[in-house]
Amino acid sequence: MKEQSFKYEAIVIGTSAGGLMALKTILSALPAHFSMPLLIVQHLAPRSEGFLAHYLNNTSAIHVKEASPYDMILAGNAFIAPPNYHMLVENDRTISLTVSQKENYARPSINVLFDSAARVYKEKLIGLILTGANNDGSQGIVQIKAAGGLTIAQDPQTAEAAIMPQMAINTNCVDKVLKLNEIANLLIALDDNPTQ
Amino acid sequence: MTNSKEYHRLLDLQELEVDLFLHALNSQFGYDFREYNKAHIIRRLVFRTKALGLNSITELQHKLLHEKGFIETILRDLSISVTEMFRDPSFYIRIRKEVLPILKTYPYIKIWHAGCATGEEVYSFAIMLQEEKLLDRTQIYATDFNPIVLETARKGIYPIARIKDYTSNYQAAGGTRSFSDYYIAKYDSVILDQRLRTNIVFAEHNLVTDSVFTEAHLIVCRNVLIYFNKSLQAKVVALFKNSLIKGGYLGLGSKESLMFTGLADQFVVIDEKEKIFKLKLQ
Repeated sequence: MKEQSFKYEAIVIGTSAGGLMALKTILSALPAHFSMPLLIVQHLAPRSEGFLAHYLNNTSAIHVKEASPYDMILAGNAFIAPPNYHMLVENDRTISLTVSQKENYARPSINVLFDSAARVYKEKLIGLILTGANNDGSQGIVQIKAAGGLTIAQDPQTAEAAIMPQMAINTNCVDKVLKLNEIANLLIALDDNPTQ
Repeated sequence: MTNSKEYHRLLDLQELEVDLFLHALNSQFGYDFREYNKAHIIRRLVFRTKALGLNSITELQHKLLHEKGFIETILRDLSISVTEMFRDPSFYIRIRKEVLPILKTYPYIKIWHAGCATGEEVYSFAIMLQEEKLLDRTQIYATDFNPIVLETARKGIYPIARIKDYTSNYQAAGGTRSFSDYYIAKYDSVILDQRLRTNIVFAEHNLVTDSVFTEAHLIVCRNVLIYFNKSLQAKVVALFKNSLIKGGYLGLGSKESLMFTGLADQFVVIDEKEKIFKLKLQ
C-alpha cells in the first residue's frame, strides 16, 4: 500500500560543464505553482557575481535567486549556491553558507549540499545530477539513496559532458536515468501528484 | 525502506552525538561551538571520525576527552581557516576609497581584524595602509580563538604556490607597487616583509565567549559570521558595535549582512555590495 501522505519536500541539483543550458531547460519547464523548493550547485569560476541566478530567474516561472545565509527554503523558490561558497541545509530548513575547504576541487561542492540536505530531508528529497565533467555529487547521491530519497541522473548520452552523470550512475545508487525534458516532466508529475 | 530507517536512526544519533561532543568541548576546554550552524560542524566531525577510522562521534569525543593534545586537531577542524591575501579585491578598493580617507583624519588609528585565521588578510591591510602612508600611525589587532592559526599568522610565511593568485588579487585591489616588493621567496615559501608586522599585535580572542576588545576605528570580520546561527551572530555584532568608536567602520564578508542582528538601524550602509558599514554618530 502506498503512503498517501508521502511527498518530496525538496530537490537538490548538481551540475558543472554544460550546466547553464541544462538548468535552463529544466527550470523553464516548471510552472509558477511548482511547490518543491530547489537547491542548486553549479560549479563556476569564482567571480561570476550572481549572473546565473539572474539569467535563470529571467527564463523561469519560478523564483530563482542566489542563496544568502538564513534564507528560508520555501516553496516556489530555487536557490543557487553563490560562487566560492558551499551551500548547506540546516535542520530548521534554512540555508547556511561556508567558505570551508574545497571538496572535489570545488566550492561550491555538490557533495556538501547533497549530504546536508539528505540529513535534513531524509526520504523526502530528490537528488539530481546533470551534465558535468568531474565526479562531484556521486558521494552525495549515495547519501541521498541511503536516506531513502529519489535519485536521478541525466542520461549521459544526452549530456553535454557525460562524466558527472555517468559517475553517479556507476555508484549503483541512481533510481532513474532520464533526458532533460523527461526529468522536468517527472518533477512536475511528482509535484502535482505526490503519491505517484 | 527498512535500510533507510536504520540510516535515519544513525543520522538522528549523530545529531545527538554532536550535541554531546560540543557540550564536552565547551565544558572541558572552553571552546563554545554550540551556536554555530550545525550542518557544517556535523560535516567536519563526521569527516574527522571517518579519517581516523572511528565508528562514531562518541568515539571521537572519547579521544577528545582522554587523549592529550587531540583538542588541537579538533580546533583545526572547526576553525575557519580558508583565507587568502586581498580576498575579494573589490572590498579593498572600496576601503581604500571610502574608509581610509576618513581614517586619515585621526591622529592615531586602531583596526581590529576579528577571526583573522592565518593572517593573510591582516597583512593585506598592512600593505594597503603602508601604500596610503597610514601604517606608521595604525595599530592593528589581529585576533582568533585558535592559538595554532595565530602562530602561522605571526610568522607571515605562506606557501609560494599561492603567490600567483595573491599577485593578481593585489593588482585588482588597487595595489600601487609591484607585489614582489613585499616578500622574499625562499624554497617553497614566501616570507612577507617583516616591517609590515611592526604595528600588528596578534592575540587570542574568542568572539563567542570573550568581551569587548578595544575602541577601534575599523573592525574587519569577514566570512566568520556566516558560521554562526542568528542569535550568536546578533550577539557578536553587538560586541563589534560596542568595540567601535562612534563613526567607526565595520567590514563584513560579501554574503554577510546586519539584517538579522536587530542592529542594522545603528549603522549607515557605506557600500551595500562590499558590506561596509559605519556606526552612526548618535
